Amino acid sequence: MFAEFTEALFSIFFIETLINGLLLGGVLALLSLGLNLIFGVIDVVWICYAEIIMLGMYTIYFLHVDGGMPLILAAACGVGVTALLGWLTHRLVIGYLLQAAPINQLLATGGLLFFFQGAAMVAFGIEFRNLGVSLGSLALSEDIYLSWTRLLSFAIAAGVVVVLYQFLSRSYLGAAIRAISQDREIMILMGVNTKKLYLLTSAIGGGLAGLAAALLALQYDVHPFIGLSFGPITFMVCVMGGLGNMVGGFLAAFVFSELITIGGYFAELEWGYVLAFAFFIFAMFIRPEGLFARKS
Amino acid sequence: MNSKLLIAVVAAVLVALPFLGLDSYPLHLVIVILIWSFAYTGWSIMGRFGLVSLGHGAFMAVGGYVTALLWNELGLTPWIGIPIAMLCAGGLAVLIGYPCFKFRIVGHYFALVTLALSEVVRQIIIATRDTTGGSLGYTPERHGDGWSVIALQSDDRMVFYFVALAVWMAGIVIWRLVDRSMARYALEAISEDEDASAAVGVRVTREKLKVTVLSAVMTAFAGAMYCQYQMFISPDTIGGVGISLQIVFAVVVGGIYNSLGPTIGAVITLLLAEVLRIWIGTEAYCLTEKICLNVAGVPLLVYGIMLILFIIFLPKGIVGAVADRWQARNNGSVPAK
Amino acid sequence: MLTLKNVNAGYGDFQALFDVSLDVRAGEAVAVIGPNGAGKSTLMRVISGMIPATVGHIEMEGVSVLDAPAHDIVGMGIAHVPENRRLFPRMTVEDNLRMGCFMPQFRAKYEARKDFVYELFPRMLERRNQMAGTLSGGEQQMCAIGRALMSDPKILLMDEPSAGLAPVIVQQVFDLIERIRAEGLTVLIVEQNVRQVLRIVDRAYVLESGSLRLEGTADELLQSAEIQKSFMGM
Repeated sequence: MFAEFTEALFSIFFIETLINGLLLGGVLALLSLGLNLIFGVIDVVWICYAEIIMLGMYTIYFLHVDGGMPLILAAACGVGVTALLGWLTHRLVIGYLLQAAPINQLLATGGLLFFFQGAAMVAFGIEFRNLGVSLGSLALSEDIYLSWTRLLSFAIAAGVVVVLYQFLSRSYLGAAIRAISQDREIMILMGVNTKKLYLLTSAIGGGLAGLAAALLALQYDVHPFIGLSFGPITFMVCVMGGLGNMVGGFLAAFVFSELITIGGYFAELEWGYVLAFAFFIFAMFIRPEGLFARKS
Repeated sequence: MNSKLLIAVVAAVLVALPFLGLDSYPLHLVIVILIWSFAYTGWSIMGRFGLVSLGHGAFMAVGGYVTALLWNELGLTPWIGIPIAMLCAGGLAVLIGYPCFKFRIVGHYFALVTLALSEVVRQIIIATRDTTGGSLGYTPERHGDGWSVIALQSDDRMVFYFVALAVWMAGIVIWRLVDRSMARYALEAISEDEDASAAVGVRVTREKLKVTVLSAVMTAFAGAMYCQYQMFISPDTIGGVGISLQIVFAVVVGGIYNSLGPTIGAVITLLLAEVLRIWIGTEAYCLTEKICLNVAGVPLLVYGIMLILFIIFLPKGIVGAVADRWQARNNGSVPAK
Repeated sequence: MLTLKNVNAGYGDFQALFDVSLDVRAGEAVAVIGPNGAGKSTLMRVISGMIPATVGHIEMEGVSVLDAPAHDIVGMGIAHVPENRRLFPRMTVEDNLRMGCFMPQFRAKYEARKDFVYELFPRMLERRNQMAGTLSGGEQQMCAIGRALMSDPKILLMDEPSAGLAPVIVQQVFDLIERIRAEGLTVLIVEQNVRQVLRIVDRAYVLESGSLRLEGTADELLQSAEIQKSFMGM
């Protein structure tokens, strides 16, 4: 038993697993970025975030497969649509609840979750749909293959993190986004229109969901309930990184993805998720404010 | 109207209901509503104190699956299986609740930690698909035709109706007992200001844990009931994030601060879903060859909009809003909140 | 330059200001003094748009302030150093200064204004990459004033700049204000530290329970028996 275990540990496939975990982490990081941005600025957890991604996936599918649009263009439109959805989410729902109890804001986005699922069902039915695009895989050796989709996802996720970081640290708007999470009330004194800033943040957050959608559409079938399969993990990543803390979320994404793939390597993928969630709950008990949160 | 008289009339109607020549289908609906009402009531026992759990799908699933597994695998009667399932749910509640309350995980964070719990339980059920059937669902073995006391199974909806009615009433009684207990004052104080309550001697962790365990155990019982009645469970029908949210929303719609709120919420949300499902149907209406409208999604869509409207315009739920009106009329003044 | 006419304001049902009228002329330094809870901070907040006025007029160089959206008021040349400084604690000093320059019309002058602030407060230059939350009380006040100066305002509103600071530092803060005055800036300052503030301003108003009770030049008020009795413990 133990010998088997050590053998498995030093197997070449285990290394492949670790690399795949790293690549999955890139996607998770991208998923968590938009949510963290929104939480950091507006202090609201969008439970429906994964459903916005789902609608982004459908947009890309619809434009590419039914509309015959080139994939890149379809993905760009997908980002546009999700950015609009993000904007609308704030404009039509959260905007009316800014003074309400935080938990009511969270629940209202839960209502949106059902609404988005219903809308997707109405428009596209419940069949699983596949984009039918495969980018193939990269052979590192005879035994190890890495999917190009995952490599691409990782590269784009990393690129977005860099761009977002530059935006937040260099631009006036980025500074305002960091500032508003620290002191909302005095933003008026800086000449910042907080309503506009909220809407802008919501649109950026939505746009990031669209980007994630483009990458996920390459790897997974889309159906109206797909959000439920990666929504919870996205929240866990954000909470573990410290809600609103983008760097923390980024690191947490990799911890999670490695746990999932390693769990999946030794047992089944679901056990990987169980392992990751169990770790999450455990981690919350050690550092309730998030594993990577700064002590305040 | 005299409120005691009102209660007596309602009770009489409820007892007489199955003898009024109700068809099998409406009776089925009433039973389902009663079972869910009990679960929702169980949730609101803690939810009303600001302990918003998105993990009750986990407790419900534990209730259903443990009972059914013990029956199928070990031949253990639900009379023993259900208490064991409730114990398991209680244990799970302590496991998750104790550290949460000790480390002051509240609000958003509590909601998200408990959401993780629903997901863990769902994933475990799927991962152990060799035994539990995974996402395809699970069926307790039938004990034979007719009804069996030992297996707690019955073909006769009438029997189930009275069981469900009794359970539902017990739920309302428990809610009221908590409402009148000292614990309520402690918990209300805690939800207002945890530090101040601790300073005046309220044992914060202990009080929260008590109400959480009670709530989890009730929800697990509802899960077991559901399983015994429907004779089919799956991670998506009694567990997971979807069910957890469904529980919270029904209570929000009905009203969280009143013993009948969760029940009203169950009646409205479940009836609405049923009515929409039957009325709208499941056909697809095709506008062009490629663009079809699949109306089966409409109930979900309407449900979502309704929830948002409720949270924005009636955050205290229907019962809460009516109660405020009632009070305002009796006092001749507008309520403060 | 800044004129208030019959301004009423409050929070919900609570009215904090009753018919307040005052004016500040260009180049002047004016103080509003009064006991705790007199409505001094409310007055500042109304001018800079943090809370709306229920009744009344506020004009800045003949343009109505109340008709403008709250976040445009800083664009009219009114900068507000809020009570308790209210820096962004997890941002560097330089980023805090940059927030003071947020409005698009100010951005072109960012470098020039930053140099101006660093020249005025060399300490800020030393600390420019430090998180604002880690500064000492006096340094935080410099940073808060610096942030307000970034927009090159015509009038600077200061709300209790000496509150919560050690006595030695309080003196330094008043020295700072004198230096800002020397730059030709118009200042409206709210203070509880009556004796010290009357030494650096030209005129002052006395606010009590939301209404103006007295006004006069700083010298007149310093000599006034009433002021000496109520505020200076003489």
